[in-house]
Amino acid sequence: MAEQHTGIGISIRNLYKIFGSNPSAHIEAVKGGMSKTELNEKHSHVLGLKDINIDMPGGGIQVVMGLSGSGKSTLIRHINRLIDPTAGEVIVGDEDVVKMNEAELREFRRHKTAMVFQKFALLPHRTVLENTVYGLEIQGLPRAEQEREARRWISRVGLDGFEDNYPNQLSGGMQQRVGLARALTNDAPILLMDEAFSALDPLIRMDMQTVLLDLQSEIRKTIVFITHDLDEALRLGDRIAILRDGEVVQQGSKQEIVLRPADEYISNFVREVNRGRVISVEMVMSEFAGEPGGMPIRTGTVLEQAARTMTDAGVDEAHVVDADGKPLGRLKIGDVISAMVTPVDHDSVAA
Amino acid sequence: MDWLTKFPAMDTDRLTALKKAIDLSFREFTRAYGDTFDTLLFPVQWFMFRVEQLLTTSPWPLVILAFAVIAWLASRDWKITGGVVLTLLLIGYFDMWEDTMKTIAMTVVATIMAIILGIPIGILMARSNRFQAVLNPILDVMQTMPSFVYLIPVVMLLGIGRVPGLIAVMVYAIPPIIRLTNLGIRLVDKDVLEAADAFGSSNWQRLKNVQMPLALPTIMAGVNQTIMMALAMVVVASMIGVQGLGLPVLKAIANQYFTLGIFNGLAIVGIAIIFDRTSQAYGKRLQKHLEVVHG
Repeated sequence: MAEQHTGIGISIRNLYKIFGSNPSAHIEAVKGGMSKTELNEKHSHVLGLKDINIDMPGGGIQVVMGLSGSGKSTLIRHINRLIDPTAGEVIVGDEDVVKMNEAELREFRRHKTAMVFQKFALLPHRTVLENTVYGLEIQGLPRAEQEREARRWISRVGLDGFEDNYPNQLSGGMQQRVGLARALTNDAPILLMDEAFSALDPLIRMDMQTVLLDLQSEIRKTIVFITHDLDEALRLGDRIAILRDGEVVQQGSKQEIVLRPADEYISNFVREVNRGRVISVEMVMSEFAGEPGGMPIRTGTVLEQAARTMTDAGVDEAHVVDADGKPLGRLKIGDVISAMVTPVDHDSVAA
Repeated sequence: MDWLTKFPAMDTDRLTALKKAIDLSFREFTRAYGDTFDTLLFPVQWFMFRVEQLLTTSPWPLVILAFAVIAWLASRDWKITGGVVLTLLLIGYFDMWEDTMKTIAMTVVATIMAIILGIPIGILMARSNRFQAVLNPILDVMQTMPSFVYLIPVVMLLGIGRVPGLIAVMVYAIPPIIRLTNLGIRLVDKDVLEAADAFGSSNWQRLKNVQMPLALPTIMAGVNQTIMMALAMVVVASMIGVQGLGLPVLKAIANQYFTLGIFNGLAIVGIAIIFDRTSQAYGKRLQKHLEVVHG
């Protein structure tokens, strides 16, 4: 298989999922605006997902965040159709996953997606190596090739020397490295990660996030990452969608989420965030009043870094430049500091 | 008030007629298809005969050696292997060698047939709730019906001898392997199955790579129980001319030969323990990956 990681985009359109004995009977009512509570009380069906529309660009990390019961795990299972939707489309590349027949779906799962699970879901009777080759074994590749690929990824996730161990001889963090290696060995353009690091200790979780970001800078896959942890979402996500009660309440870049929370629910989430490490300079720069003054600072620099650079240099004004060095706006130390400390509530910023 | 103290049963004439009708139609069925069954079962009869011949005509030291090797390969335990050799030597010393070999042959063949038939049935049962609902009451009947009752239709259909005995033993012994195959597959971790699906496994790959290996310890428990039930039934089957340790027991009951009964009974206990320990040790070895836990 040729290595090509231009990235396949995923586009979810008008996706609905109703759980119950006869979901299709209620889909029109739900589209017409019936609420989750009403559906549950009058028809004892559960509304899992309601009118989900998310565009995930290829080659980036899309985080879907929400508390338990928000439908995030249900959503990710629609991308490889482990769960069938009640209505809607899941376009991956230029194919609609929902319309695939069983054989097409199997081929799609074998070659286009790989998945990492919250509870690892390793095969307990197989060694690390035998677990890692699983995807390629299913595809029917020659054994030598399976093992070559698997050993490369086992080594890449830092499990050298553990090839012949059984999963329950390993710690949780190491087991999830196996899960990651198994998914990466599949060499699929899409990586689905369902709360992949949620079962791990905080320190190990940070460690695994670093491993993932490191890998992503070289493999450039389309990653869909599910989490309930905002810090994790902000650390990993190029784009974030926030789910509540089966609906998307806000989606955008992490800076948009932190600076302009769409409602009280999200404001509560982002209140505790270390803003200096999330917001970047172009979000707080102002119009030039005259010539660009002070030192140039690149776009994408986070406020904490900018503040340190400016105070180290002893200046209270700088200007923001893009990748080509073109000046974009003026940056005052006062704005930087106030953006770092003021808990902006969504009304005042939106105005 | 007579109807209160005496149950108002169907009247005798009608009951007799009913029994006669059922008996007659079954007899007709056996007349029509008895030969067909005989032909169908010919390979089984041949296999049964060869196994028995192999065990009874081979030199006894060779047979003991073969059993010891099998026990060692299955258990990797010197104590179990030694126990097998000692038990067989004692049985031989008390002059029950040939009967014991016949009983072992019957048990082994019945168990192999029960496995060949039972595991696929168990797999189907795990895949379909409807099939499970149909099969469960049938298995209940098979397990609670007094074992002697099995002998009647089998004798009517196939006469007396080894093969009808084998069929009766197999029918009696097959429920545990079916039930535990079904149970084992249904108990496989849903998360692991989901992972297998997510990587695009076909149904066969799922069965071969995930469900069967993970259900294997449970299935082995079923095999163990099937062996034990087959052994118990082999004695009963001696009533329809199955040779082996059952026959002397039957003779001992009829003539009140206490020692004869006890000796043959103990020989059956001996081989039951051999089979049980060996198959259990093998089942345990299959779960070796669960033993060493990180901690």
